[in-house]
Amino acid sequence: MRFLLAILLTAVLSFLTGLFLPWWSIAVIAFLVALLIPQNIGKAFLAGLLGIFILWTAVASWIDIKNKSILSHKISELMKLGGSSVLLIFITAFIGALVGGFAAMAGSSLRQERRVRKY
Amino acid sequence: MRVIPFIISFVVTLALVFALNKKWGSIPALGKFLSPQQGFWQNAESADADRNLDVSFKNLKGKVSVYLDDRLVPHVFADNDEDAYFVQGYLHAKYRLFQMELQTYAAAGRIAEHLGNDPKFINFDREQRRSGMVFAAEKALHAFESNPESKAVCDAYTAGVNAYINSLSESSMPLEYKLLGFKPEPWSNLKIALFLKQMSKTLAGYDEDLENTLSKPKLSFEDLMTLDKQVPDSLEPIVPKGTAFDAPGITPIKPAGADSIYFGKKDTAKVIEYSKPNPINGSNNWVVSGKKTKSGAPILCNDPHLELNFPSIWYEMQITTPNVNVYGATFPGSPNVIIGFNDNIAWGVTNAQRDVRDYYEIQFKDESRKEYLFGGQWKETEFRIDTIKVKDASDVYDSVAYTVFGPVVYDRTFAKQLSQNKAIALRWTAHDESNEGFTFYKLNRAKNYDDYLEAIKFFDCPGQNFVFASKTGDIAIWQQGKFPARWYGQGMYLMPGVDSSYMWQGFIPQNENPHAINPDRGFLESANQRPVDSTYAYFIPGNYITPRGISITEHLSAMEQITPQDMMKLQNDYYSVVGKDVKEILLKYVRENDLDAEAKKYLNMVRNWDLYTSPNSTGTTVYQTWFDSLKVGIFRDEWKRDSLMIPYPAEETLLEWINKDSAFKYVDDVTTSQKETLYDDVTKALQKATPELKKEEAAGALEWTKHKDPIIYHLLKTAVMPFARKVSVGGWGNVINAVTDTHGPSWRMIVQLSNPTEAYGVYPGGQDGNPGSKFYDDFVDAWANGKYYPLWMMKQNEAKDKRIIGTITFTN
Repeated sequence: MRFLLAILLTAVLSFLTGLFLPWWSIAVIAFLVALLIPQNIGKAFLAGLLGIFILWTAVASWIDIKNKSILSHKISELMKLGGSSVLLIFITAFIGALVGGFAAMAGSSLRQERRVRKY
Repeated sequence: MRVIPFIISFVVTLALVFALNKKWGSIPALGKFLSPQQGFWQNAESADADRNLDVSFKNLKGKVSVYLDDRLVPHVFADNDEDAYFVQGYLHAKYRLFQMELQTYAAAGRIAEHLGNDPKFINFDREQRRSGMVFAAEKALHAFESNPESKAVCDAYTAGVNAYINSLSESSMPLEYKLLGFKPEPWSNLKIALFLKQMSKTLAGYDEDLENTLSKPKLSFEDLMTLDKQVPDSLEPIVPKGTAFDAPGITPIKPAGADSIYFGKKDTAKVIEYSKPNPINGSNNWVVSGKKTKSGAPILCNDPHLELNFPSIWYEMQITTPNVNVYGATFPGSPNVIIGFNDNIAWGVTNAQRDVRDYYEIQFKDESRKEYLFGGQWKETEFRIDTIKVKDASDVYDSVAYTVFGPVVYDRTFAKQLSQNKAIALRWTAHDESNEGFTFYKLNRAKNYDDYLEAIKFFDCPGQNFVFASKTGDIAIWQQGKFPARWYGQGMYLMPGVDSSYMWQGFIPQNENPHAINPDRGFLESANQRPVDSTYAYFIPGNYITPRGISITEHLSAMEQITPQDMMKLQNDYYSVVGKDVKEILLKYVRENDLDAEAKKYLNMVRNWDLYTSPNSTGTTVYQTWFDSLKVGIFRDEWKRDSLMIPYPAEETLLEWINKDSAFKYVDDVTTSQKETLYDDVTKALQKATPELKKEEAAGALEWTKHKDPIIYHLLKTAVMPFARKVSVGGWGNVINAVTDTHGPSWRMIVQLSNPTEAYGVYPGGQDGNPGSKFYDDFVDAWANGKYYPLWMMKQNEAKDKRIIGTITFTN
């Protein structure tokens, strides 16, 4: 439950901040979500990773479908990905996910550090 | 202990964000670039996007409605003129901002600032500045800011561009800025001037004075003028042959002693321009009177030939206010419609190709360049210090000395081969104060011939052939510009700058510029040829192109009952008038018995060639390769021996020689002991071309379009190949449909001045400069296939028309 909640919160809050703040706000959100929701580090990492992966895949795919892949095809060729829009969406999401995952890991380990001090 | 995992993951996160937020060489900041909410994905425009928009700006005086039609052409309806130009600026920026900025950066010599620390960019920037581009733009700015009407137009336009720039966010930034990692800077009236000066460089920035000067030790002036023949026998001038010219109002005097110190002087500076405009930047325009058309109304046609790029140099639009109702092609970067029509008239332009640049040899007193010898006295130079910013590197400073002629382009600080104290200054009409934009402002509003004539008088540089037609049935053409009145031979070479008698003595009076009105033959045309026959009194050297004018004249002479559809066919005509003459010569002089089977096969292809440079014609490829090989065979030996830098003679000049005397002096190969004949040259040319043709054939590229491989690049050229498009089209620079590999008809327009007006147009591009828009390149196929779109002069009560896909409302 917590795991799913963390994924959902990371994705939704990142989307909202992304409307106003620079792209790296995903790191801040993933960090904060992991800080607030108690989970072990591994799960937190995965939740941050998946939260951003899902968000970026969804947004990029939605844009791409409406654009009929006009631009993704060109950018994919430019990045030597053979013109594949799917691969470009995957790489997009993967790069965002990496940032989300490590940020969440940092947030989670900071939380557990505090817990250790309490007891 | 969770401290270590925290530190590690925190540092990794920071490092990732840092690395992904930074540009690495040519790779954009990946996090920023790929982010679906900020990066390039935001430029992937929804195909069925809602294009309705309400915006408000306090600069506006009233209301403006912009109706976007299904080709994304905006039809602007404004309460007053200034608001219309504000919106024109806004729309240009909205759809073409990157192009507007790049063009003006190039004009101002600011390429290295954005593209990086490459000697190629820095030298380009230095030459732009040293040839006085910014100096010229500042003068133009002064001219149009001194004219209240022009100033109001430009101020409103600039405000509109800036209103759009200020509305941009990280995510709505045009794609190219995201790729290159910089941001647009504020627009200014100076940038409008810079854009127009870049057009002057493109269209009136070509001459061969320095190349001619280098040829002096080997070629006499008479030799040079034979190679650069001024009035070809085959010329069809713009002003119909037999038209009488007025007695010249000015007679320039050749300085005493010019034969020895100018024509005869051989020890001159060894300098060549670093970058030269494309000499085939040309165009076609013509107009037929009502007596030759089916409708009885005049038809005007224009297709300017320029470098073909994405985004196109043109942006189509309609501007309607209580004072003006005009439709046509506009230049993003400049207000008004440049080529188009209104309710009363239509106009178009081609390039005059006249030489309006001369170089002067300057003698400095010493290395400080503070004084130079002029008219027997030491005269002070004025310095302009230029700071060239370089991306990721320190600034480069350049000081440019200005003389009575103009800027010193080449001295020891820029051209190391120049000896101490020697330098070269440029005299160029583009440096003179003028207000070309006002011509278009007035043409947009012109109602008749008199208005047109009044409008074009403001146009000094680059000289243009303004073709005209009106609803009242008048047709006319004027070659308009400010052209120096030269004595015979003046400015063909670098001139002595110490002697004031070598300066330009005046300009050809405007009323003596070549022109024609309502001629008996019922049509007028221009296609970059020399404007007049030899009876025109003035010496007017230029980079003229003869063949297309002959083709157009031949066609129009024979045509009657002309319709706009006939004109579409003519603008797309592939017939090669040069090919016709060359084919005869090739077939006459080739010795078939000396050819092997392969070469014979190619010979037969030329024999069977129908003289049309059609896309799938193999005969064209063989003919052109053979002819090019022949030109090399005839001229390269002499050119190499004499170290000549001038181009080979024009094709029509070569053909004249061959037809007059097949043993003319260049036929012999000077590197061999025997005496070659034209038979040898023509046969050898095919033998040399054969392996090349065989290779092309093996690669499946013998068809003309595959051989020349036409491509429309994005402005960033090979750096963004996926943004480019290959097109399959025929034609050549010397045929009416003048598509080469990267160059050709950049806007085709046909206007029949009937009631109502019937107009058609197309350009190889699309209205939206964004590579992520379906409107980026949607006209390309129509253009390549010779198709046109009807040009819709919309009325405001047609706002409900189903062609309208969106309305932008501007209020204050």
